[in-house]
Amino acid sequence: MMVLRVLLRDPVATLGLFIVLFAIFVAIFANWLAPYPNDAFESHLLQRLKPPSVEFPFGTDNLGRDIFSRVILGTRNALLVAVAVITAAMLIGVPIGLFAGWREGWLSEILMRTTDVFLAVPQLILALALGQLLAPGIGAAMLALALTYWPFFARTVFAETRRLRGSLFVDALAGIGASPLRILFLHVLPNAAPAVLVRATIGMGFTILTAAILGFLGVGATPPSPDWGLAVSEARQHLPEAWWFPTFPGLAILVLVLGFNLLGDGLRDAADPKIRRSKR
Amino acid sequence: MREILRVTGLEVELGKRRGLFRHKPGVRAVDGVDLVVHEGGILGIVGESGCGKTTLARTVLGLQCESEGRIEFSGHVVSGVPARQARRMRRAIQYVHQDPGAALDPWWRLGASLAEGLAIHGVTDRAEQKARIAEIMQAVGLDMAMTERYPHELSGGQQRRMGLARILLLRPKIVILDEPTAGLDLSVQASVLRLLYDLRDRFGLTYIFISHDLSVVRRVCDRIAVMYLGKVVEEGNASDIFAAPRHPYTRALIAAAPHLDGVQEGPMLRGDPPSLRNVPSGCRFHPRCPIAQPRCTSEEPSFDSISENQRVACHYWQEGISEKQKPEGQAHATL
Amino acid sequence: MTSPLLSIQDLSVHIRGDAGIARILDGITLSVPPGVTMGVVGESGCGKSTLLRAVLGILPRNASIPHGKLEFKGKDLIKVNWAAARGRIGFVPQDPYLSLNPVFRAGDQILEIMRKHAPGTRKDHASTLIDLFRAVQLPDPEAALAKYPHQFSGGQRQRLLIAAALACAPDLLVADEPTTALDVTTQREILALLRGLVSDKGLSLLFVTHDFGVLAALCDRVTVLYAGRVVESGLTSDVLRNPQHPYTRLLLACHPDRAVNLLGIPGTVPAATQQPEGCRFHPRCPIARAACSKEVPPVTEFANSHLVACPWYADELPEQALA
Repeated sequence: MMVLRVLLRDPVATLGLFIVLFAIFVAIFANWLAPYPNDAFESHLLQRLKPPSVEFPFGTDNLGRDIFSRVILGTRNALLVAVAVITAAMLIGVPIGLFAGWREGWLSEILMRTTDVFLAVPQLILALALGQLLAPGIGAAMLALALTYWPFFARTVFAETRRLRGSLFVDALAGIGASPLRILFLHVLPNAAPAVLVRATIGMGFTILTAAILGFLGVGATPPSPDWGLAVSEARQHLPEAWWFPTFPGLAILVLVLGFNLLGDGLRDAADPKIRRSKR
Repeated sequence: MREILRVTGLEVELGKRRGLFRHKPGVRAVDGVDLVVHEGGILGIVGESGCGKTTLARTVLGLQCESEGRIEFSGHVVSGVPARQARRMRRAIQYVHQDPGAALDPWWRLGASLAEGLAIHGVTDRAEQKARIAEIMQAVGLDMAMTERYPHELSGGQQRRMGLARILLLRPKIVILDEPTAGLDLSVQASVLRLLYDLRDRFGLTYIFISHDLSVVRRVCDRIAVMYLGKVVEEGNASDIFAAPRHPYTRALIAAAPHLDGVQEGPMLRGDPPSLRNVPSGCRFHPRCPIAQPRCTSEEPSFDSISENQRVACHYWQEGISEKQKPEGQAHATL
Repeated sequence: MTSPLLSIQDLSVHIRGDAGIARILDGITLSVPPGVTMGVVGESGCGKSTLLRAVLGILPRNASIPHGKLEFKGKDLIKVNWAAARGRIGFVPQDPYLSLNPVFRAGDQILEIMRKHAPGTRKDHASTLIDLFRAVQLPDPEAALAKYPHQFSGGQRQRLLIAAALACAPDLLVADEPTTALDVTTQREILALLRGLVSDKGLSLLFVTHDFGVLAALCDRVTVLYAGRVVESGLTSDVLRNPQHPYTRLLLACHPDRAVNLLGIPGTVPAATQQPEGCRFHPRCPIARAACSKEVPPVTEFANSHLVACPWYADELPEQALA
């Protein structure tokens, strides 16, 4: 609760939080919020490339679909991809970082060097390669994103664990006879959690952006799914006449990525144990 | 007094690495230390930073493995076993950090941290935990409401009390206090020292008191060991050592300690202690020693008894007692 | 008597914070004559660091000076601006390990200060600095110029910082517990060095500390602060041997060199936002009277230049308070 209160004192972070919460709300109620929920799949060739109007606030695309509805429906896709990728990356990265940070030895060395190797792999290239290897599609893109993002978690947790391992309170716990497992899971992990949370939040924005790029390049989401990146890509052939076609999906990407980054920065500042106060 | 802890020929090597690619030689932070601690006594360990005081304490505690030597606690040998087992055998020896506030998990309420120590030692019943915490909190002079707070909300004095409460819950016999008064104001320091006396009497504790504040050590300790570069160079009753320090290092140290009368006399120690990576030959104090002779550069002095309960590691301890030294020592004794 | 180099009269400093206005300093009066070492002593929260910051003109942004004078060489720095004293007041900080930027050569960092505040070329400055390094007894002064901070030990770094404080040939040195981070043996060397510098160069020194032993070893005169007010001042030997104010007496009784028994002083230093009315020590004072909670105690001259801010200083303290 304290974290939230400190966060809300920072107007920029509050804006980020608002954007993210709004996006989650839109994603959950997308089917009710979208004026034409069926436009995810149906096409109406008679009304293609109509400029924004009262009927279609963001205009229509090359297949006559309402862009406003598709942006709303695309929010759900974007968030689902981000959550799945980040969860998978955390499941791989956090245990590796925790182990390598706690134990010194050849196994930890190998784990961290492997992490560095993965860190060096360019995300887009791996995604393109996987897309060729497997069938191109959102599944391959997500796999590529998770495989390239887990090292960030491993590094973060590794650094935190190393720091905490040398800290006085861990030493004191060893002094009163606490077992390594107790120290690791009841003390080190919770103390590292804020850093992981910040990493995850910024990672969400990053993943949404990269997923959009992959969609744009044609190795992410496949038509007719209402993907933002895909929409921008499809719009290229209709520029400069249909300016609204790439603009609104593009703005959606921008705003949501920005929201996650602002929230992440705010969380970084708020994740200080000194803000915890007992009720007096 | 009954002997409770005996350390013989203790050596500790730090920072040694045998990695796959890197070999790093260690340094001997503790290099052949003999000590005896008596039950109910307060042994002060003094010396400059980096002399091995803290490493010695951590080794006695079992947090650091000795590479050589023997530790006996209450007549049983507790050394020569792996670290985890050593710590378990020495659970009656506990340690209070120099900064007891930082020794608490910053995200945990103090009450939870206290209860955790009990849980580790097998006391899991909530009611019993609470009763024991209440008893100890009262003993260290803290309000029970304090258990609801977080570590950063405590003042310096309260942190010391909390550090003591945390280990007293585990019913130790020997408590190692690392700089227990560093950074405290004079009036708070006095009440903390008073508390240490009270707790010793109430719980039958024995203290090992690591400090660089010689005024406090002289006031509080009954025995003193002076360490220089990993070795004990002088050991004896506090009153004897402060009245007539024998080792030239002890003399310089006592002369350097500021006291209320202002005058600082006696030999001044120049420069910094040499690095542990580069220990001088012979007597390791000879490069800074005001009375060093050629013999000191080659021959290491043995740690000899010079009276029933005082030992000194210096070839020339008798010659070193200059006329200037004696009166100053006596002046201290009559203060 | 010569006019004082630094003269502080009735100085108050308030700091606005979340919890309201904190009256950190309230009516401080003290003066440092040329060539004198003045110690300011008190426990944490007494306002000694704020006093030091006020003298240096580095008070935080939310601080205000409602009244008082801060005269340096006859100029009121509050009115004229601290720039008038730049370079004339040298500062020796508390922690030698944190006070130098590790990525720049120590010599360059000091030369940078000299470039700003002292006339002359870089070459002049470098030779002055080598002389200063010699004066603070830094080993191998020429080579020291090209070394990085981590290549010096703690004691040597403190010498470097003293050299830095002297770089612009100041008249007044201000030191903030410069020996607390050091071993006693090194501390003694630094104190001897400061004593030597003060007498050789005819400097004045304003020395803030909480350690009475260091105070006794270094300072000619002392001002004791409690909760933002001066409670006692005088020659160091007078104040330490024959303290008059109940606070000073109780505090010195806590010193391990003096204490027969260790009791401490009951109660705690009041929060800066909740200072008691009248004498600020009265809630903890064993000889407080009803009047003490209403009126600010007048300052009495107990003996020659030995001032006490307590009208009841002649009273005996109860036995158990000093036991």
